[in-house]
Amino acid sequence: MKLLLGVGGSELSYQALTETLERVSETGDELTVAVFENSDIDADLETIQQRIQEHIDESGLEPPIRHIEGTSPGSELVNIAESEGFDRIILGGGGRSPLGKIQLGPIVEFVLLNAQTPVTLIR
Amino acid sequence: MTRTYPDEPAEAFPQPPRTITDRKDRPIDVISADDADTESLVEMYLDFDPADRAQGIPPVKEEAIREWLETILDGDCVNVVAKHDDTVAGHATLVPDNEDEHELAIFVLQAYQGAGIGTALVETLLGHGQAEGIDHVWLTVERWNDPAISLYEKVGFEISSAESFEIEMAIRL
Repeated sequence: MKLLLGVGGSELSYQALTETLERVSETGDELTVAVFENSDIDADLETIQQRIQEHIDESGLEPPIRHIEGTSPGSELVNIAESEGFDRIILGGGGRSPLGKIQLGPIVEFVLLNAQTPVTLIR
Repeated sequence: MTRTYPDEPAEAFPQPPRTITDRKDRPIDVISADDADTESLVEMYLDFDPADRAQGIPPVKEEAIREWLETILDGDCVNVVAKHDDTVAGHATLVPDNEDEHELAIFVLQAYQGAGIGTALVETLLGHGQAEGIDHVWLTVERWNDPAISLYEKVGFEISSAESFEIEMAIRL
């Protein structure tokens, strides 16, 4: 299965990366990691890339990493998945409000509502 | 993220303790609560219908309920409960975020819903909050939850964002 994992620099996105790498090393699925800047997160692309690389190095896998430019990474993820025959989009998300309510950010929401492929939300 | 609040502050809300008569003629005490009330709140949330959960709270299992209550009964939060005799029928809470604003949530047991207890709880909670110097309160509510949205509007909340899965509402105290 061809998997497209989006990582935007939130803690939950790194958690999703770790879990996906673990799973892929068991299943042998074909993983691509897409890096983008999440405007809700205070981290630049370089920092995000570096952390992703650390996680990947630990896993011993070598998934291709690609960059998503622009201000609507959600829409770009959906486009890539559709035009390049990905079977599934994976995202981390669902942080908690101060009170403990689950909250979905705008990127996750866009992908869930607009993707033509199945979406896995890791939370 | 900057939240939009109403320009004008709300009126003064009633403070706890107070006793109301609900629409089913039950006397309901609305009183402030803290971590000393943990056990009676655990009992209420164990009785809570999972179908009435909102955005993942309250948790279902006792251990998770206790963990969650520990957070929201913390000293910097504001809590009120509605009691019918010795039964906790409802609970409302204000929990601070990182911007010195407070998130509100309210839960009423199924057997006590639709009797005006929710309105009394929210008003009294906001009164308690005013007394504690809290001036910005927000909440999120699922967009299909019309009864809750009209309750919040009646009390003085205004919609601050409707772009997301949930509607966000805010009030200035």
